[in-house]
Amino acid sequence: MAEEDGVRRRDFINIAAVSAAGVAGVGVVIPLVSQMSASADVLAASSTEVDISSIKPGQAIKAVFRKQPVFVRNLTPKEIAEANAVDAATLRDPQTLGERTKEGKENWLITMGVCTHLGCVPLGAGEGEAKGEFGGYFCPCHGSSYDTAARIRKGPAPKNLEVPEYEFASDTVVKIG
Amino acid sequence: MARILSILVGLFFTAALAWSFGKGAYTQITEPPAVTVEHEFHLLPKHVRFASDGAFGKFDRQQLQRGFQVYKEVCSACHSLSHVAFRDLAQLGYSEAEVKAIAAGFQVAGTDPNTGEANMRPGTPTDYFPKPFANDIAARAANNNAVPPDLSLMTKARHDGAAYVYSLLTGFQAQPAALLKEFPDAKTPNGLHYNPYFANLNLAMAPPLTSEGQVTYGDGTKATVDQMSKDVSAFLIWTAEPSLEKRKQTGWAVLGFLLFATILGYMSYRNIWAGKKH
Amino acid sequence: MSFPWANEYQPSHPFMKWMDEKLPLPRLVYNSVGSGYPVPRNLNYFWNFGFLALICLVIQIVTGIVMAMHYAANTAVAFDTVEMTVRDVNWGWLMRYAHANGASAFFVVIYIHIFRGFYYGSYKAPREMVWLLGVVIFLLMMATAFMGYVLPWGQMSFWGAKVITGLFSAIPFVGEPLQQWLLGGFAPDNAALNRFFSLHYLLPFVIVGVVILHIWALHIPGSSNPTGVEVKSESDTVPFYPYYIAKDGWAVGAFGFLFCMMLFFFPNALGHPDNYIPANPMSTPAHIVPEWYFWPFYAVLRAFTQDFFFIPAKLMGVLAMFGAILVWFFLPWLDKSPVRSGSYRPTYKKFFWFGLIPAMLVLFYCGGAPAAEPYVMMSQLAALYYFAHFLIILPVVSAIEKPLPLPYSITEAVLGKDEAAQLAPTAR
Repeated sequence: MAEEDGVRRRDFINIAAVSAAGVAGVGVVIPLVSQMSASADVLAASSTEVDISSIKPGQAIKAVFRKQPVFVRNLTPKEIAEANAVDAATLRDPQTLGERTKEGKENWLITMGVCTHLGCVPLGAGEGEAKGEFGGYFCPCHGSSYDTAARIRKGPAPKNLEVPEYEFASDTVVKIG
Repeated sequence: MARILSILVGLFFTAALAWSFGKGAYTQITEPPAVTVEHEFHLLPKHVRFASDGAFGKFDRQQLQRGFQVYKEVCSACHSLSHVAFRDLAQLGYSEAEVKAIAAGFQVAGTDPNTGEANMRPGTPTDYFPKPFANDIAARAANNNAVPPDLSLMTKARHDGAAYVYSLLTGFQAQPAALLKEFPDAKTPNGLHYNPYFANLNLAMAPPLTSEGQVTYGDGTKATVDQMSKDVSAFLIWTAEPSLEKRKQTGWAVLGFLLFATILGYMSYRNIWAGKKH
Repeated sequence: MSFPWANEYQPSHPFMKWMDEKLPLPRLVYNSVGSGYPVPRNLNYFWNFGFLALICLVIQIVTGIVMAMHYAANTAVAFDTVEMTVRDVNWGWLMRYAHANGASAFFVVIYIHIFRGFYYGSYKAPREMVWLLGVVIFLLMMATAFMGYVLPWGQMSFWGAKVITGLFSAIPFVGEPLQQWLLGGFAPDNAALNRFFSLHYLLPFVIVGVVILHIWALHIPGSSNPTGVEVKSESDTVPFYPYYIAKDGWAVGAFGFLFCMMLFFFPNALGHPDNYIPANPMSTPAHIVPEWYFWPFYAVLRAFTQDFFFIPAKLMGVLAMFGAILVWFFLPWLDKSPVRSGSYRPTYKKFFWFGLIPAMLVLFYCGGAPAAEPYVMMSQLAALYYFAHFLIILPVVSAIEKPLPLPYSITEAVLGKDEAAQLAPTAR
């Protein structure tokens, strides 16, 4: 009996030692994996302030947010009306213009300039660029067309252009991120 | 044959070494090297303790903030801090708004978004501390031909770093009479300043902290020269290694676990070898 | 190869059987570090350092790959990218300190491993090839460590690169063009930094290759042991698994404890402060010293201060520095003693403990000290002994000394004569 207990205790110690080695292995893997995620300097640069005072109705600018383009567009009343005329329920990604802009600032459409299909930059923000058949943005890579609220209307993209988190720091400055 | 060859090669090297040794020893006896002024008067850093010292050391954030104030109001006129970003100051206990305000107080190089011309703009938290001089040539020209070194890594880049900085800041003094008596040629040249803690005894930097109350501390600490020197040295420990606290904390956890695991491993080893003489 | 009594790999699971037929990798593992490898039962703790060296190599490769993910080999930004890694990358400080201190740990382990070989005559037949490959690994390690030290592009990096490549300029006629070729320029710059980075990434994998050969060659005669008596019967050995896995396992724990103590509490103790100053080609640090693990050989280099007949001092120093390591290649043939282990060689033992070890320690000390007296004279005497030890004393002593009587077998050494006779009566 005593002999058997002795054997069991020894087995237990061996198993415990191997388990401790396993725990050490996991402990080593954690920093090795986490070192690849975004570093502090990258994360710190993840908010941008944009001066919108010089954007006239009908114009748009490309700002940079997290190393990607963001479109800041001052919609004309006509474009707002076009966007509101569509029944949101019929859309692929149903959203109204109101849901995609800030209250009282409906003319400021701020979206990522990254096509939701495979990440190309759609045309339409620059002066004279093709805006596609719905008057918003047009992605030349695979032909996705967005309307004046940057909602997907035609082509392979599954979602509307993403609206990043932002707020109006003042009437002329938008803080994105 | 191999042995004879090896002995010959061995004799060749040992003879060359014996020759070098003999000549060196002879020179040493006939012309002993002159004692240098540095050898006689250079001092090792003073002993000074910081809150971050030792295996359990932690930063005294109040002191780091005071040290930062000394850097900002005194040192930053000449010394850059190029590896530190304003956002890092949040680790000293400043709020986001305070960091933003501090950053905005510095002018950093920027680009005019309309004309593309280089301009100066207020700093933001993601900016790094601006350099006081455009380049080394400008720094040299403005500082009596000496470039003020970057301070971010200063306490790692000198032996006994923080104590060295503290000693240097508090070590300015008149040249001792004994020195001039022994080495009349070693008089501190014009424009340099005698400091026994500096490797060659004379440095271009004028004493930066000279009078009590040179900065006014917000927390009511009396700003003596000694206090300011200590505070800025503590601040530079932080700039050189912001991860110091995390390093020591992680270290204790790792060592604790390893001790446990090693004892288990040893017991397991004893078990497996039990009854096996070796 | 193995001893006739080695356990044979017998897969029981059908999948393992299938695997054994198609690719007998599990069999290879079983026979190299498993139950199929019989190892002398009397190994002492000095025999753990081979396994520890392997652990160090793994640490260096893993942390090195991580460092390379964040590093840019350009003189304009190299220093900053290393600093960025330390400051901003998640656990970057840990990776950097582990890589820098890992190099030191690797050399501590390897020096002990090598000096164990010196003392116990591990280089002697039939293990000459193991030894030769080991010296090759050591040379590759030195090259890798040197180039790695250049990468952060601090003051010591730059001046180290300049001085070490300057050694080659001592070679008559081709020296200066050779140095320029090595650097890709007149002084260390982008070209040199980039090739050093490339080679620093390559060489560790070459080391892995030679390590595999080293272990392969070791498995032909099997491990040596503290008595130096070859294995004779089954009672002389125990299977590697579980016996030496358990012993190496706990040794790794103990090593890890010491390593982590350095890593977390004295991470900069072995580095030079000057390497936290960005490289400045216009100003040399007051005392240039390489990393501590090069100090003995650096001391040998500096010990030659006088021209010797028609050979300039500089060339003599370079010859001697390389010679100090190359002489190890010839050890198996310089040492003629029929006995391996220093424990049974009274005269050699004295020269080892009171000659070679002190000389090596003096060389370590002087290599890190400034190039001034008394350090130069001390290193001259120590280097003199070093060369005399390997090239004169060892061949002569091994020929004339009378070794102590050896135990008949490992079993006898461990258990004593009577018990051993009972255990293996047929072996005699």
